[in-house]
Amino acid sequence: MFKLISVRYKDILYIEELEILENKVTCIVGESGSGKSTLLRLLNKLISCDSGEIFYKDCPINDINSIELRRNVVMLPQQPVIFSGTIKDNLLIGLKFSDKPEVDDTKLHMVLDMVNLNKELSTDAEKLSGGEKQRLGLARVILLEPEVFLLDEPSSALDENTEKTIIEKLVQYREITNKTVVMVTHSKKTALSYSDSIIEITKGRISARKENIKNEYQ
Amino acid sequence: MNTSDIIDLHLWQMITGYLFVVVLLFIVRLKGIPREKEILISTVRMTLQLILVGYLLSYIFEFPSPIYTVLILICMEMFSIYTILKRTKINLLSRLGRIIAFAMTFGTVSCLFYFLFVVVHISPWYEPRYFIPIAGMLVGNSMTGITLGVKRLVDGINTNKHIVEGALMLGATPKMASKQIVDDAFDSAILPTINSMLGMGIVFLPGMMTGQILSGVSPVTAISYQIAIMLGVLGSVALTVIIFVQMGYKTFFNQQNQLNL
Repeated sequence: MFKLISVRYKDILYIEELEILENKVTCIVGESGSGKSTLLRLLNKLISCDSGEIFYKDCPINDINSIELRRNVVMLPQQPVIFSGTIKDNLLIGLKFSDKPEVDDTKLHMVLDMVNLNKELSTDAEKLSGGEKQRLGLARVILLEPEVFLLDEPSSALDENTEKTIIEKLVQYREITNKTVVMVTHSKKTALSYSDSIIEITKGRISARKENIKNEYQ
Repeated sequence: MNTSDIIDLHLWQMITGYLFVVVLLFIVRLKGIPREKEILISTVRMTLQLILVGYLLSYIFEFPSPIYTVLILICMEMFSIYTILKRTKINLLSRLGRIIAFAMTFGTVSCLFYFLFVVVHISPWYEPRYFIPIAGMLVGNSMTGITLGVKRLVDGINTNKHIVEGALMLGATPKMASKQIVDDAFDSAILPTINSMLGMGIVFLPGMMTGQILSGVSPVTAISYQIAIMLGVLGSVALTVIIFVQMGYKTFFNQQNQLNL
């Protein structure tokens, strides 16, 4: 899905070679400040590398229209932006940004259920707790049904049980829909339990890489 | 009342007017507010500038020439652009600086020409008695509006960087991602003009109208001019600001639609 060759971004990240496989869950682990989020931002083309080349489906990322790319490769930051308005407004604004048609309330309830957010659609989104906002952000990107999910610590504000439930549902959803998930996580346990491959980044460089984790772990 | 009834202000009468400044200086000194220097400088500058402009306008009105009229318009535009850039600390050579200069020039000049030739029908086209004061009002008000718009846009993008990026991550175009900030900038730029229109005639009598009435023009004529001028000012402020914000927000994004901060 993605191929990175000699990618350098300032003094933050240097990746000699990396391939992120299609229809798989790839987890990126590493200490804070190691360059994990920078990698996601590069894949989402929010920033561009200083040197090297990133390919998306064998096409150099710089040749792809950024807006089109971001509509297929959606990123969820660690603290998702909550726009003023209700939960429904926040879900629909993602569709509007992606130029996708609106959906009915049943679909909206379905995605909220997927992220365990049992709230009325009319609830003021700004009054939600940190964890609820994070889940709303996740629901918003699921609703967009992109080819690739770039998730930056999507469960950092959640308790262990909620985290487990949500990640399990997300992985199930990915299996049914054949999506690609690239997830930054602080938890090696989560990475080992749910990912197909793990990339460990230390001080901006890939320090370890593990494939076929799920099979091995199971 | 005709022009022969106008009370001429003699020098000693003018001097008594400066009593207000003396009182203000006394108050700031009493309160320990360190503003004496600024008050004195602004009073002296205002006096000198107006005396100079008075003589200059007398000469230009007596010997009207398209060259003088156009030169004064150019000076007004240059000074207003310089003031905006100075207040907002933006370099003229930067993309945003060039957009400010373009929006100011195009917005005010097109509204001025529409106002003078379609609304007022002046003849000859460079008649300084109409051209210069009307240009001054349009350029001055647009300068205030665009300054507020620039500040709001720059602050808005800088403080809401995470919101703009959050929208980009979801596939928004730069236009979608900065819409709220652009709308706020336009709103804050146009609001003083709208407020002054709301209060006009009730809260205060506008300067131009007061000046005309004091110089013997009938209040009805003065009011019709004032209404027309306010519409011209509204149009000019709106046009300059809309050109600025619509072009200005783009300078915060690069060709890859990434935020450029």
